[in-house]
Amino acid sequence: MKYGCSITRMNSIWGRALCVAVALLAGNFFATPVQAAAAEMGAVKGDLTGGDPLGSMQWPDMKGQFFDANAAMVFDARIKVTVPLFAEDAMNVPVSFDASAIGKVKKIVVLVDRNPIRKVLEFIPEQARPALNFRFKLEQASPIRVAALGQDNVWHVGYAFIEASGGGCTVPGATRADGTWTQTLNKVAGKMFDANQLRDDARLRVQVSHPMDTGLVAGVPAFYIEEMILQDKNKQVLARLYPFEPVSENPLFSFDFDKKPVGPISLVGRDNNGNRIDAKVTQ
Amino acid sequence: MKLKCLIATALITATAAGQARAELPNVAQPTPDKATLNYGLKATKLAGGWYVIAGANDDFSQANGCNIINTGFYVDDAGVYVINTGTSRLYGEQQRALIDSISKGKPIKQVVALNLHPDYFLGNQAYPKEALAATKVTIQGVKAEAALYETNLYRLCGDWMKATESAFSTQTIVPASLKRFGSKPIEAIELKGHTDSDLVLFDPESRVMWAGGLVFYKRIVTTPHAKLKPWIESLKTLQAMKPKVVVPSHGPVSWGSEAIEQTLDYLNWLDKRLAEAAEMGEEINDVMKKGAPERFRNFAAYPAEFYRNVTNLYPVYEKETLGGF
Repeated sequence: MKYGCSITRMNSIWGRALCVAVALLAGNFFATPVQAAAAEMGAVKGDLTGGDPLGSMQWPDMKGQFFDANAAMVFDARIKVTVPLFAEDAMNVPVSFDASAIGKVKKIVVLVDRNPIRKVLEFIPEQARPALNFRFKLEQASPIRVAALGQDNVWHVGYAFIEASGGGCTVPGATRADGTWTQTLNKVAGKMFDANQLRDDARLRVQVSHPMDTGLVAGVPAFYIEEMILQDKNKQVLARLYPFEPVSENPLFSFDFDKKPVGPISLVGRDNNGNRIDAKVTQ
Repeated sequence: MKLKCLIATALITATAAGQARAELPNVAQPTPDKATLNYGLKATKLAGGWYVIAGANDDFSQANGCNIINTGFYVDDAGVYVINTGTSRLYGEQQRALIDSISKGKPIKQVVALNLHPDYFLGNQAYPKEALAATKVTIQGVKAEAALYETNLYRLCGDWMKATESAFSTQTIVPASLKRFGSKPIEAIELKGHTDSDLVLFDPESRVMWAGGLVFYKRIVTTPHAKLKPWIESLKTLQAMKPKVVVPSHGPVSWGSEAIEQTLDYLNWLDKRLAEAAEMGEEINDVMKKGAPERFRNFAAYPAEFYRNVTNLYPVYEKETLGGF
């Protein structure tokens, strides 16, 4: 970790404060995990946060809600989670995560503690890197968790905290407000970017036209894309993505590949009303 | 030889500064006091009989009372013409008291909001309804966004906002027919880019320009309604008018067209940076993280406002690269 902190298992508040100071001095104004080593969860007796480094009381409850009772879990700062310092646009909070430091990943789940709908998406990387960029709707300032299930069958949990004035989940999106979403529903725009001076892998960016209604706006039922499958030219599955209500309107995702897949890439999927997505990225 | 050269340079600098001082006085800065909710507004006389009331060159904060805008006025024999009314009812009232003390209580003839942003009109409550004026597009924008502004500013600024409610303009300004403030001839032009209607007032005699939201000096631009390409074109128009003194809405009053050129420099950089980033498939977080070049980093409100620029504008460039639906 670039701005990493060498202190492991920081149980004292001072240790944590020092670590934050080091991160700030390093010019890291973005929220990235400050704890370098994986810490056992729930090890501290009488700790109502279940050992959460972000001190969120919702964490034990979320663990119970989204993971098996006997699931092995560790907080792991090797899962890099990047969010802005402040969520300027609560309807479109950009998140970038990268779990490749723990090796091959079976499945990734993204959760937001203080959203009325906590689960943001599930991602099965298959041929893609276990890294993803997306935007989501945030209701109030909250921790965000990226839990990656490794080959060791342990959930490695990365985290960050997002400051926000909020309101993202309970206001309608622009195309819902003006009614234009029907004209382009489930259409796809996208492009494959070759390796360049910024990165040594290929990147696919795709955007799907969809209102992604949360169901929390009066009179507008939940209406969202729930499955997106990327395939190469030979119908080999490259990645599977399962978005939920909190993902932003007209969602834009970036997938990274160590080896550029053979195009044209197809994107197939559906929303929760059964409308199909079926598009090819030819650019 | 070297010494001579230095002296010559010093003389030239001194002459230039002296010339600038004649047209550009030291502008008095506000001295806000949060305990008494006093903005500590001060008026400074500029060329052509204009007055500017400076705001802090900063981001909104409770310490500065969220007063980050330059407002102004002109006093004629018959009455007063006001440009922008600040961020709250309280600002409007204190601004009016200051103006009354200088104009000896002359009637308010016209109150002009240069665009739809909240710090241009939320002090309107302190003025007679029939004097409130803005362009048609600005009036429409204010009506659509006023409730959102109020909520956001109450959250950011707290008690300074007490009892502030939007008072909409009743007069529609048609720029071509706004030719004078009383006996003073002025030119009003409606441009766009910062918002969909950016009104600029220019005094052709003193060459003082009220550039509104199009010009930011020593401060990162704000972009919630911005479109960079038309904005850049609008700045070229302002440059061609050869102003002597430019009063930007945010940042210090400036000499010549330096402030216009500085804003152009930043917008040109931002436009190119965002276009290149989109072409390379960069993510929004990376664009924010990499930041702006050194020359923009000492501007007020960096990096927070730069992050907002990227959040507001980058999706447009992404859409262009990925192709629409």
